[in-house]
Amino acid sequence: MSISPDKQFDLHRRMVRIRLFEEAAGRLAEANRLPGFLHLYVGEEAVASGVCGALNDDDHITSTHRGHGHLVAKGGDFNRMMAELMGKATGYCKGKGGSMHISDLSLGMLGANGIVGAGSPIAVGAAFANKYRKQGQVAVAFFGDGATNIGAFHEAANMACALHLPIVFACENNEYGEFTPRDKTMAITDIVDRAAGYGMPGVIVDGMDVIAVHEAALEAVERARTGGGPSLIEAKTYRFYNHHGVQNLGLKYRSDDEVARWKERDPIFTLEDRMVENKVATRQQFEDIWTQLRNDIDNAIKFAEESPVPAPDQVLVDVYTQKAGAR
Amino acid sequence: MSDERKLPYVMAFNEAVSQAMEADPSVFCAGEDIGAFGGVFGTFGGLQAKFGADRVVDTPISEQAIVGLGVGAAATGLRPIVDLMFMDFICVAMDQIVNQAAKLKYMFGGEATLPLTITTAGGGGLSAAAQHSQSLEAILCHIPGLKVVYPSTPYDMKGLMTACISEDNPTVMVKHKRLLGMTGHVPAERYEIPLGKANIVRAGKDVTVVAYGRMVHESVAAAEKLAAEGIECEVIDPRTLQPLDTETIVESAKRTNRVLVVHEAVRFGGLGAEIAAQIQEQAFDYLDAPVGRIGAPFSPVPFSPALEQHYIPDAKAIEAGIREALLRVGA
Repeated sequence: MSISPDKQFDLHRRMVRIRLFEEAAGRLAEANRLPGFLHLYVGEEAVASGVCGALNDDDHITSTHRGHGHLVAKGGDFNRMMAELMGKATGYCKGKGGSMHISDLSLGMLGANGIVGAGSPIAVGAAFANKYRKQGQVAVAFFGDGATNIGAFHEAANMACALHLPIVFACENNEYGEFTPRDKTMAITDIVDRAAGYGMPGVIVDGMDVIAVHEAALEAVERARTGGGPSLIEAKTYRFYNHHGVQNLGLKYRSDDEVARWKERDPIFTLEDRMVENKVATRQQFEDIWTQLRNDIDNAIKFAEESPVPAPDQVLVDVYTQKAGAR
Repeated sequence: MSDERKLPYVMAFNEAVSQAMEADPSVFCAGEDIGAFGGVFGTFGGLQAKFGADRVVDTPISEQAIVGLGVGAAATGLRPIVDLMFMDFICVAMDQIVNQAAKLKYMFGGEATLPLTITTAGGGGLSAAAQHSQSLEAILCHIPGLKVVYPSTPYDMKGLMTACISEDNPTVMVKHKRLLGMTGHVPAERYEIPLGKANIVRAGKDVTVVAYGRMVHESVAAAEKLAAEGIECEVIDPRTLQPLDTETIVESAKRTNRVLVVHEAVRFGGLGAEIAAQIQEQAFDYLDAPVGRIGAPFSPVPFSPALEQHYIPDAKAIEAGIREALLRVGA
């Protein structure tokens, strides 16, 4: 590992924050304490953490319907996230967006997105603006394997390459588009094969290994930042829970063996083992981190539950920006 | 003298863009063929030579990504103008327009600001057939978060386009293809016509005709013909379709007691239905006749000039509509 111990702890912390937030959200949903849909990121933590760990605060990301992990990895605030999931006025979107539209523009997080593939063209726009301003910012588009089958992804990837924009396409290949396995929806095994068709370099990484993801992200982000244009990273990963929610809803679309095999490669526990093995960390340190972050989550749930719901008159607020801003 | 200055509609658009780009370095344009070629109707002609390829950007034929480029750039601080060439092509980009651009601000709890202008060319009359002639503005007006502008003169074009670029919300600017060459007075200096403000093109006391885009001119022609018979039509051009200046329309309806709404779009579910509904809600007791509607028949736009000229409403059809509104005996 050429990644510094501090950075390893940083990546670990991002992953644990995602895991705890998502596990808490899952429990709340099971108890019917969250309205709406919930797409959990558990199992895929290494991807968001490894990539966002390579970004600056003023770099931009676009996300997916499974977007909590991206916001947490970019530095999202538990309180405002949990409040948003509960539809409260103190939430990131004041209760108007919910899980599928959670965002924090001040962190460069341009929103989770309920439309598969729709984030990539928006990331192209952010990357265009970053190139236009010449301040060295980059954009990352997160998307799943399924999104590469939709036209928006193709248009975005081609345009990004045609305009030579500072962007990284980060594919979370979790092998399923909702409930349908990847091999039923495309004739290729590796998403990265598509990169060549746009004229950008692509690399496959183990999406359960945060260090591997991070190293690939550092290279792609550096390429984007220094004028080298777009890249594609395909992270092979897995969704530990269902497409949405926690329960399998009686559907059997993955074998227990398959799920168990992937869970053995849990991105957080395997990193902890390696860090202990390499004498970078002790078990006690990890215990303390989990305890402290569990406490943050408990406080966030309390904050969210005690927060007010939005007033009915807020329905018509923020449909439009009221002031004219241009010169 | 600035009063003498005349420009074609298309150059009024071009001048609005050019002056906005001079005034604000965050304004840029992107779209198919707009750079070296200058746009399919010459709308962006000369702008790349003036402002460079970084600010007047030729894109692939990728409508979703063109609008997405605008959404992402607007959300991160620029003021994009993205061109969709023909209004029919908004259908290709509908997710980015309807699900993204229109809703981002609201979904994000007000945090996002999207100063995005989408420009396109609507309307028929060029034998461009069913996929290059549509008037789809009603679909856009139905989407909360969007604004929709449809100028009928070179003067309005420059003032409204300038206002669109200054606007902090996603706005669709529709140019009518058959008005591109229309010449009229356009001041050289930069000016804005506020969005949401109708123009009373012609004052009259007997009947109100509400029309926009090219139908304004057909309506004025009908009104002039009827004036010879002593019938005084008031012609109102809303100019902005979303938000719609219902106040001006309703106020006129209360004075004339008779209203005809005219558009080139198909009649069923068109903007005329909304305008008629607003009038009956707000001025029912003043009406001496049902609010009439003139629009295209419920078919795709036909290709053959023989069919298309029959399809698109004209001054004659409008004149007949006005006469019908006047047939009813007033209270």
